[in-house]
Amino acid sequence: MKKSDNNFNGTEAYVASEDLQNAVNIAIALKKPLLVKGEPGTGKTMLAMAISKQLGKDLLIWNVKSTTKAQDGLYLYDTVQRLYDSQFGEGDVADIGHYIRLGKLGEAFTAETQVVLLIDEIDKADLEFPNDLLWELDAMEFYINETKETIRAINRPIVIITSNAEKELPDAFLRRCIFHYISFPEADMMQEIVKVHYPDLDEQLLHHALDAFYRLRGENSLQKKPGTSELLDWLQALVLMGIPLDKIKEMPYIGVLLKKNQDIDTWAEIQEKGYSRNQWL
Amino acid sequence: MFTGFFYTLKDAGLKISMHEWLLLMNALREDLAHSSLLGFYRLCKAILVKTEADYDKFDFAFLSYFDGIATSDEMAEEFWKWLTEDVHIRDIKDHTMLDDYLLELEELRQRFEERKKEQRECHHYGNYWIGTGGTSTMGHGGYHERGLRLGGEGRHKSAVQVAGERNFKDFRQDNILDIRQFQIAFRKLRQFSTNNDAPKTELDIDATVNKTGDNAGRLSLMWKPPRKNRLKLLVLFDSGGSMLPYSRLCSRLFQSIRKSNHFSDIKIYYFHNCIYEHLYTTPACRRERWVPSDFILKNLDSEYRMILVGDGTMAQSELLSKGGNATLGMYNETPGIEWLQRFRNQYQKAIWWNPILRKNWGIIYGHETIRILHEMFPMYELTIDGLEEGIKKLLSNKMY
Repeated sequence: MKKSDNNFNGTEAYVASEDLQNAVNIAIALKKPLLVKGEPGTGKTMLAMAISKQLGKDLLIWNVKSTTKAQDGLYLYDTVQRLYDSQFGEGDVADIGHYIRLGKLGEAFTAETQVVLLIDEIDKADLEFPNDLLWELDAMEFYINETKETIRAINRPIVIITSNAEKELPDAFLRRCIFHYISFPEADMMQEIVKVHYPDLDEQLLHHALDAFYRLRGENSLQKKPGTSELLDWLQALVLMGIPLDKIKEMPYIGVLLKKNQDIDTWAEIQEKGYSRNQWL
Repeated sequence: MFTGFFYTLKDAGLKISMHEWLLLMNALREDLAHSSLLGFYRLCKAILVKTEADYDKFDFAFLSYFDGIATSDEMAEEFWKWLTEDVHIRDIKDHTMLDDYLLELEELRQRFEERKKEQRECHHYGNYWIGTGGTSTMGHGGYHERGLRLGGEGRHKSAVQVAGERNFKDFRQDNILDIRQFQIAFRKLRQFSTNNDAPKTELDIDATVNKTGDNAGRLSLMWKPPRKNRLKLLVLFDSGGSMLPYSRLCSRLFQSIRKSNHFSDIKIYYFHNCIYEHLYTTPACRRERWVPSDFILKNLDSEYRMILVGDGTMAQSELLSKGGNATLGMYNETPGIEWLQRFRNQYQKAIWWNPILRKNWGIIYGHETIRILHEMFPMYELTIDGLEEGIKKLLSNKMY
């Protein structure tokens, strides 16, 4: 087995399943972007941080929003500043390079050492957004029209892309990625994760709480199922308020777990009648 | 290499291109599978499968191609206690395996029987005795590629076992219009215009040039609001009992509409079989959770495009008679068809999507009401083709 320094196997604060570690290592070895999908709260964003921490590399985060364009990640040409400067005779107007601002992808390419680049929530942007990045991620270079200059990656960054399981991505983009789906952790994995955050938590309490939590998650009519962070908050609430063990299954402080009014109504209805009609929403 | 496997995967309905296959071959050359079947399984999964919906297909194909390599675990009662005791993680680089690495299963079983007779005590981390955390071929929590697992949890599962579990069965989504297909179709519903109140954030080059020229070369920047979709949408869902079989399809349609953020306004209401005095705000169609239909006609102007989603099957009286409302205790002075006509008149650009396939419209129960509604509204079936036709119709200028 060939060993390399770039070997990821989870950190103390981040419990990664073996499948996930493997996917990360494959992506690093093959120099392909790793696309991580999964429900909210399964630690997709945390993954990049854990990788950067363990491998001792800098982390660059490109947060994608609904208005983000592919170009934003490469570079921006600050025309307005240049025009103003020309008007008032400030700055070196002749040097266009002066007015080129690199985006996150550009920063990652020009970094002196290899960095971890996180493109977070790529599915939030326009449907065509991923297609616009195909060449840049493949060849790890782009061309700046204004300065006739090609920015080429000095060190190929480790690219982690996250997507919520809601929107589908174009095929051409998918073909170029290593894919991993983080399924929601099962109870025993969850136990490990909780212990990382609350090492002194009472075993009995955790057991009861996880039982109730997974029963709630098993309810398909909920619009937004609670994730890991909700569970952690809830556990904290239970401990702080000193809820007795036998009360946990009645799910006190449900508002910590369910964030939508409709879900709370649905849950109340299920408790009362055993089913709910809110199946469409 | 593994060309047979390639075609097995293809047959299972996985879309695998040469690009990915060559990448896999490349990865194998670099020994990323660590020369083990489990490693190979993970490698294939990471490179070839691109959506969790396909994980199950992949597991199934992998299983059918590599089946027969599975090992069985039989457990000796006396070892159970030692083996369920604590397990320690071993450094991954520790590979001191014995030379019985490549034993066949039969031999392995034999050797197990022998060693069971020899062994008299509890054992951990070894590479010979039956115990935990070791690299011997027997025990659990261990790191031998082809050993017998005895008791405890299989921490390092064999590939065929893992594939055999098919954990991702729920994600399959055969033959249902998926949300991306809906979204792509809805993207066509655009009507760009700069006539909006958005903040002026875009540089208006023409205006800037003119103004700067007027200023005798002194720079003066002009801004304009970005172009925005001005399309407004009114969506009415039938959520009566006969729609129940189509609830998944409608739910996807609903979600993709709700997630579309490029319309300037979307209003969604529900009705039970036909429109009467009220439109409901929840699909459960409960009393009091409603708005008067008149209110909508007064407040949503005719710029809205209307989409009706429903099967259009009902008793003729529900559509045509006074008091035809099938909801218990509700009496309508105005027949449903009159209400529909009022909506029709106000929203010239309207279509009806019907989850029943077009070929059944003439023969199914309720075909009379479908016929009447079809004459009133351009009606399309809720399939990919129908979706596109409907959207084309919504955008076209002549509706009748």
